[in-house]
Order: sequence, then structure tokens, then C-alpha cells
Amino acid sequence: MVRRKAAVDVSLCVACGCCVKVCPKNAISVFKGIYAVVDEALCVGCGKCGKECPASVITMKEAEA
Amino acid sequence: MKKRWYDYLWIASALYLILGFFNILFAWVGLLCFFIPLFLAIAGWDKVYCNRYCGRGQLFALIGGRLGLSRKKDVPAFLKSKWFRYGFLVFFFIMFFLMLWNTYLVFSGTRELKQVVTLLWTFKLPWHWAYHGTAVPAWAAQFSFGFYSVMLTSTVLGLITMVLFKPRSWCVYCPMGTMTQLICKAKKHE
Repeated sequence: MVRRKAAVDVSLCVACGCCVKVCPKNAISVFKGIYAVVDEALCVGCGKCGKECPASVITMKEAEA
Repeated sequence: MKKRWYDYLWIASALYLILGFFNILFAWVGLLCFFIPLFLAIAGWDKVYCNRYCGRGQLFALIGGRLGLSRKKDVPAFLKSKWFRYGFLVFFFIMFFLMLWNTYLVFSGTRELKQVVTLLWTFKLPWHWAYHGTAVPAWAAQFSFGFYSVMLTSTVLGLITMVLFKPRSWCVYCPMGTMTQLICKAKKHE
């Protein structure tokens, strides 16, 4: 089955944490203050983080689940 | 989500700008926005300042997000590029040290206190009503005017990019954010 999951472009992420605040599933955290990481097991692919991200570096990707 | 005490720090950020309009000496309090994020990043709390406590970020999220004063468009690619973010950090540092130098010139008596707030490093705004005399040495007042200029300028830049792009676009090129992220990167490689 194919599901949508949030994917972060870590090279451009500024680690501001806006995505963390809006995630309804607490599926995102900021790894060591460097970039955001998505827990794919928790992500439901709602896309809120991507909309909020000031740098627009989170996109929804199709992932095998 | 349940609101925590730190979700209201935008009030402190707004109050800071307002108080500086009435008494410029309040500008000194703004040093907290410099030292707290640096301290937290160095002491191992990573970017918890940006992530949780930044009142300015909250203010932009509120005005741009909740109040809708933002086009919510993507920032241009150059704005999030490394050279722009690091370049802006360097530029910010240079302007900050020039401000400290001006403070020193007043301290040493070479220059008189200038009761102006400089917006966007260019426009000199009269601000004499916020200065009420000689309770503090002239250099301390000069630092207030200089530091408030830094804070007002960065807020205005943040408001402009808030309207044009996403609410918290400022976070993309915020010099403090860039600096704390660099600290975290350096710590990871230790």
C-alpha cells in the first residue's frame, strides 16, 4: 500500500521547529537542533507541517507502508 | 493543543518594542534574546529557544498566521541558501560591532550621544522623547538607541517577509537561528 508521508530536505532545514508545533500526531522532532525528522510510523501525511514550514522544505512523498 | 506559559512570550516581544518607544533604556532587556538562545544551544538544549521560547517567532505566527496578514507563499530559493543565511549573519555581526564601536566612542568622549533610532541601517528616526536625561551614563543610553535600532530593524524585516511569504519567514534567515544551528552542528561533530 502507498501512503503519503512528510519528507524534510534536511540540507535546507533551519530547525526552527514550526513543523513540530503544528503536527497533530507529534510525529516530528528537531534532531539535535540541526534539522527536523519525521517519524514515518506516526506520520499520517496530513501536510500541515509542509504548509507551516517557513522555508518550505517539507514535501509530501509517497512511501511504501 | 494545550497552551503552555511559554506560548505567551509573544506578549513580551510586543511589549519590548512598545516600551522602547517610551523609554529607550528598556532596550537593554533585549540582550536576553541574544544570550538566552546562545546559552541554551551551548549548554545542550539545542534549538529549544527557536522551537519553544522565541517570542518574536510567535508574534509573526500570530499576526501572519492567525490574523492572516501573510500571503503564505514560499520564500525565494536564495533566501534559504547557505550563502545568504551565513552572509546575513556576517552582515548582522558587522553592523552589531559598528553599534558597539559607536557606544565606545560615546564612552570615551569622542562623540556625543545621538538620540536617534536607525532603521534598516539607513533611516535616522527622531527618538528623543524616549530619553529622559542623565540617570545613566551617556554610553549606556547610546547602547540603548543602537540596540533598539537592531531590534526594530530586524522586526521590520521580519514583518516584511511575513507579509510577502510565510508568517515565520524571518526564522529562515534569523541570525540568532543561524548561529544556534551552527553551534548545534559544531557540537555534533565534537
